[in-house]
Amino acid sequence: MKNAPISTSLEQKLGGAFLVAAALFFVVVMPSLNAFAPPGSVLHISNFTLNLFGKFLAYAILALGLDLIWGYTGILSLGHGVFFGLGGYCMGMYLSLAIGVDGVYQSALPDFMVWNRLKELPLFWKPFYSFPVTLLAVVLVPAAFAGAFGYLAFRTRIRGVYFAIITQALALSAWLMFNRNELNLGGTNGLTGFKKILGYSLDSVGTQRGLYIATALVLCGAYLLCRWIVNSRAGRILLAIRDAENRVLYSGYTPSNYKLFVFTVSASLAGVAGALYAPQVGIITPGRIGVLPSIEMVIWVAVGGRGTLIGAVIGAIGVNWARSYLTSSFPDYWLYFLGGMFILVVHYLPDGIVGLARDTYAYLEKTKGKLFRTAPAPSVDPAPAMTRADRS
Amino acid sequence: MKQAGMTAIGLIWRGAAPRAKAAFAALSVLLLLGTGGAEGALAAGENPSPEIQAEIAGLITKNRKKKKEAAVSLAKRGDPMLLSLLLALREGSLYVWNAGGADPEVVIGGDAVKRGDQEFIPLFTAYGKTPLLNPKGEPVFAPADQLGEVRAGRLIRRAIRPYISSLRSSAQLISADPNLRRAAATRMARLGDPNLIPILQKALASEPHWLGRHAFEEAIALIELKSPNAPIRRSAARKLGEIGSLNSILDLKTLAGAVKGSPGDKDPDVRRAAALAVESIESYQSWTSFIDTLFRGASLGSILLLMALGLAIVFGLMGVINMAHGELMMIGAYATFIVQGLFIAYLPESMFGFYFIMALPAAFAVSALVGYAMEISIIRHLYGRPLETLLTTWGISLVLQQAVRQVFGAQNVDVKAPAWLSGGYHLLVGVQFPYNRLFIIGLAVVCVAGTYLFLFRSWAGMRIRAVTQNRGMSTCLGVPSRRVDARTFALGAGLAGLAGAALSQVGNVGPDLGQNYIVDSFMVVVTGGVGKLMGTIVAGVGIGGMNKMLEPAMGAVFGKVVILILVILFLQRRPEGLFATRARGA
Repeated sequence: MKNAPISTSLEQKLGGAFLVAAALFFVVVMPSLNAFAPPGSVLHISNFTLNLFGKFLAYAILALGLDLIWGYTGILSLGHGVFFGLGGYCMGMYLSLAIGVDGVYQSALPDFMVWNRLKELPLFWKPFYSFPVTLLAVVLVPAAFAGAFGYLAFRTRIRGVYFAIITQALALSAWLMFNRNELNLGGTNGLTGFKKILGYSLDSVGTQRGLYIATALVLCGAYLLCRWIVNSRAGRILLAIRDAENRVLYSGYTPSNYKLFVFTVSASLAGVAGALYAPQVGIITPGRIGVLPSIEMVIWVAVGGRGTLIGAVIGAIGVNWARSYLTSSFPDYWLYFLGGMFILVVHYLPDGIVGLARDTYAYLEKTKGKLFRTAPAPSVDPAPAMTRADRS
Repeated sequence: MKQAGMTAIGLIWRGAAPRAKAAFAALSVLLLLGTGGAEGALAAGENPSPEIQAEIAGLITKNRKKKKEAAVSLAKRGDPMLLSLLLALREGSLYVWNAGGADPEVVIGGDAVKRGDQEFIPLFTAYGKTPLLNPKGEPVFAPADQLGEVRAGRLIRRAIRPYISSLRSSAQLISADPNLRRAAATRMARLGDPNLIPILQKALASEPHWLGRHAFEEAIALIELKSPNAPIRRSAARKLGEIGSLNSILDLKTLAGAVKGSPGDKDPDVRRAAALAVESIESYQSWTSFIDTLFRGASLGSILLLMALGLAIVFGLMGVINMAHGELMMIGAYATFIVQGLFIAYLPESMFGFYFIMALPAAFAVSALVGYAMEISIIRHLYGRPLETLLTTWGISLVLQQAVRQVFGAQNVDVKAPAWLSGGYHLLVGVQFPYNRLFIIGLAVVCVAGTYLFLFRSWAGMRIRAVTQNRGMSTCLGVPSRRVDARTFALGAGLAGLAGAALSQVGNVGPDLGQNYIVDSFMVVVTGGVGKLMGTIVAGVGIGGMNKMLEPAMGAVFGKVVILILVILFLQRRPEGLFATRARGA
């Protein structure tokens, strides 16, 4: 992995065409099949499936950010669930306020506040009446949080497994905090019961399709952003930090600044993913923040192939698709599958699916000539077999 | 800052009751495992006063009215030694016995024994129910037909009934069980009957255990607090303050007029005495809660230490991030559960108490085996790649969890505490150290000492350290480094199993057991500094203690979050942990 090229040969060869095709498929083809293909036809994509893929694509945005920091910079964060949750909760607060007086208790306050006997909206909720402010917060709140945390961590060169352990502790404490009612974020039940976004009903098929398209577009944007960062000069330094941090330091760069930058960007992407997740799934709970979901995110990237942006996307969609299939069909075996994936991928597929594809492609390239020469070989002289057959 | 803290402790110290000071001295020498106070049987068989003797003799009469008078006046005495007599009277096992032409005597009869075709009844004295002995010192059995029953009609039975329950309490005052004695005193204090004072005083004089004496003194003073005589009330209030009676604080506050809606005592002297007593009890209370917090901190610290010890070996010495460490603890806890099940199924009930002793080595062995298997099959191939081991061991942890869930079910299983681990050691009034916590502290000390001796004083430990320090050189010198790796990992896993067995005594045993502790254990190892046993010890006890000190002020959750922040800030100053090994690289 240490010698992985900056841009894989597979991506370079197929790169452009494949990516454009994939983007078109997710942004245009899938929603069109949902909207225009008649139900019952093979091509039709049900509302449920489209919604499911909306969720997967939101996860893919997060995976891109995680890949940026783990695959390219070599920093393993086990706390990305927190940033995802922060983004999700920001959007959740907007959606909760957008319910207005249509809640169960017909109060201007969200239902759980009535339940908790709150008289007034807490101050930090007030900005979330406005949608533009919410959009800003979705990006900035996780970024600010990651900035502060990263500043403390990177300044003292907490790295490698230490950083992983500290971020895991961060995930645990955030999970504990968000479970408390004192935080006024709904406690264990989280925020739910959303009804409208920007005045459109969340129950309508059209709104959900719109959210899906928005997610797909944001994913494309996030991909381009990450690609741009990775191909920039800074991106090369990130790779250098991953492979030999001390040499970067001795060359006069300040690795901690680059790490802080990439950690912050990554957290923002996670926040955006959370914000797209909340309205599509209809609920955001502390369960999305904890230790287990945070480390599960890492396996998406590992399965897809770290250090390749497309791998993160493939991994996020693939693993979650497997998850939704297995948890409904074989609920008892999902954890075996997940655990086995952790073990097998690390052991046998260190570069994930993309790495496997790349190796296969490279192998085929290398043996292409041979294949053509050896393939007809058996037909050149079938005589011995025939003679033997003749004899018997 | 430090000075202020010392002054504060000094203030509490001065305010503490004398017993507290003495007890603290005991605490400081770490006299941790003591007996709860074994009580001998209480003195019995003393002779009753002549009036009582006369009243007992008065039961031998045909006159129902006189018989009833005698019975009631006996019952009214409230003397616990008379309880068995009254019970016998009610049940019809009280007899008149003519011993060889002497005066007729009232005796209590026991359960009849058949010898041949005749029934014999063992005899007991009427006062105190001690076995009646003949001149040769043998218990006396009388033929049933030679005994005349002292009959008690409905009238008599009804007349003595109300006294029996209070007599029961008095009888409990001299029971052999210290907890029963204390409970009886508390019940009597609530009754507030001045007639009970002499009984309590008598019990106090013969009480062998300080905690019982405290309860009796408290009960006497609480009854006296309601006396119509002001000086008695005052001295009772003073007494309650002196003995640091936590149960009486509300009564005293009422008396002092500190409770809303109550004017307090009529006498200003009593009010003043009560107020002073409240003050001294409150300072005593802060003192006991301080000791309590210390103990709970030590207890949590020792749990953290037990958990982190195995991790410190695996992470510190081998550089392996074992995320399945928590699951190895869980396996240890389930091993305890299985050993318990085997004891219940195959051994007599009297052996049940020993199951936990057997469970400790079993938990160690099972977890060590699982750890060994993990090492030789998977982890061996990942040395030097910490992030990869982290993810792989996390995967293993998920598989182990799900396997346990399928075998034992998703619900928690029930691990019972053996009798010798339930209950606790009373250090002070209001301070009780549960035996299971004390046991865990002891286990942690033993494990740390054992690990230390193993690593630094044994041949095998030296090999482990050699491989850690210079693998190549060790291999050259003939140390089988692969085998040493596997054994070291198994040792760490076994220690996790021990921690799990210990945890089964204080927490739930379920498939998620490991998940709940893994982050905490890693925090301890990271704070302590990797590869340093001493650091792990200090960090474990320190984080545990701090946690318990913050908990009352800000609750468990926020306390934990504050600790995390403190750890991160601490790592700012000392990125390598408390006890840093030689810094490598830049």
